[in-house]
Amino acid sequence: MSVGFEVNGRAVNVNVTPRTTLADCLRHELKLTGTHVGCEHGVCGACTVIVNGDAVRSCLMLAVQAKGAKITTVEGLSMEEGLTPLQTAFKKHHALQCGFCTPGMLTTLHALLSEEPHASEDRIRDVISGNLCRCTGYVTIIEAALDARSSYQSGEGDKA
Amino acid sequence: MKLPHFDYQAPVSLAEAVALLAAGDGSARPIAGGQSFLPVMAFRLAEPSLLVDLRNIPDLSGIEISDAWVRIGAMTRWRDLLDDARLAEALPLLPAAIDHVAHYQIRNRGTVGGSLAHADPAAEMPTLALTCEAEIDVVGAKGKRVVPASALFTGALSTSLEADEIIVAVRFPAWPRTRRWGFEEFSRRRGDFALAGVALCYDEDDKGRAKNVRIGAISVADTPIRLKAAEAALEGRAVDTAAIEAAQAAASGEVDPAADIHASARYRKSLVGTLLNRALVSASTRKAK
Repeated sequence: MSVGFEVNGRAVNVNVTPRTTLADCLRHELKLTGTHVGCEHGVCGACTVIVNGDAVRSCLMLAVQAKGAKITTVEGLSMEEGLTPLQTAFKKHHALQCGFCTPGMLTTLHALLSEEPHASEDRIRDVISGNLCRCTGYVTIIEAALDARSSYQSGEGDKA
Repeated sequence: MKLPHFDYQAPVSLAEAVALLAAGDGSARPIAGGQSFLPVMAFRLAEPSLLVDLRNIPDLSGIEISDAWVRIGAMTRWRDLLDDARLAEALPLLPAAIDHVAHYQIRNRGTVGGSLAHADPAAEMPTLALTCEAEIDVVGAKGKRVVPASALFTGALSTSLEADEIIVAVRFPAWPRTRRWGFEEFSRRRGDFALAGVALCYDEDDKGRAKNVRIGAISVADTPIRLKAAEAALEGRAVDTAAIEAAQAAASGEVDPAADIHASARYRKSLVGTLLNRALVSASTRKAK
C-alpha cells in the first residue's frame, strides 16, 4: 500500500505491506536507523518516535496508520549541526553507555518536556519507567532530563 | 516477532466497518489503538485475514457527562481520560484506576473500547466496567444492542461480541456525589500488568452503614470478577476495622487465582485481600464532600 506522511519535516511516500510496523518502515524503507527496535511488542520503549506531538511506540503502530501524520525521529531532534540541550545534557551526565535505548529515551523525554516543561522528577521517573535501559541504572538519565528542563521552559528545547 | 500478513482497510463510517467485518469468514478483526492487538498478532495469538482500522470513523471518541451517565466513546484514549479534569468530580474511581494503565507512550494510543474488547483479566478497564455496572453500546450487522459489562467477558481475551460487532461506547451510570470508592493495584513496576487489583464503591445510609457495595478484582481469574463474599461481608455494616478485616478474609477465601511465573496462587489470594483492606481504609477515611 502507498502511504504518505512527513518525517522530520520532509514529505515522504512509501510502499509497504499492511503488516509493516512504523518502526520497520522508518528503518528499512526510509533508512532512518536511529530508531531502534528492541522487543517488537511494546515493552522496551526503544522504538519511541513522536507522532503529531505524542510519544508513541513505533513497533505498536502500522506504517499504513501513519498516513498524513507528522513524525519526528531521533534524527529529527536536531536538524542543524550540533546537539539539542537534551542531547547535550545526556552527554554531560553520561546518560548513556551502550546507546541502544538512547533514541527512545531522547524522543520520550523530548515529547514530555515539550508538553510539560515543568515536569517534576517524579513525573519524569514515571514516564521513563516505560523505557528499559540495562546500562545506566537511570539515575544519570533523570539527571540529564532535569538539567535540560530549563531550556524547554525558555522555549529553546529544540534548538541545537 | 514480525506481524503475520493481513489485509488492511480504514473505513470512514461504522456501517462500512461492520460490512467489512461481516463480509469475511469471521477472521477479520477491528483494530482501535492496537496497543494490545499488535502484540497479540506478534505472538500469533491471532492471525486475522483483514484488519478493519476504526481510526477514521467520526464520533467514536470523546467523553460526555450527563445526569444519567458518563459516556466514553470507544476510541477515547487513556491520555484523553487523564486530561479530563471533570472525571475527578463525576467518577473519581475512573481516573484513579486509569493512572495505573500501562506506560506513557501506550496511553497516547491505547483506547477504552480496545481494552474492553481485548478483555484482558489483568487490565483495569474491564474490572472498572464490571464494578460500576457499566453498559457497552455495540453495533453489528444485526443492528445496535446494549451489553451489560456483566455479560461481556466470557474468558481470558474472550467476549460475547460477534465477529461483526464493534464497541461504540461504554456508559457508566452517574454517581451520587457522596459515594465512597477505593482503588488499589500491585505490580512489580507501575504500569506493568497487575499481579492483583481491587476496585470498589459503596454508598452509606443515614446511620453510616455501607449499602450497594460493589467490589471488583483484577488478575485473580480468567475474567474480571466481582468479589461477592466480600461484598456480602460489608453490606449493611459500618466500614470499621472489624468489617474491613472480615471483607479481607472473605476476599482471600473466595478467589481461586492461577499461578504463573509472576506470582503463586497463594500469593495472589493473600494479595487481593491486602489490597481490598487498603482500598477500604482509603474509601472509608477519605474526607466526605
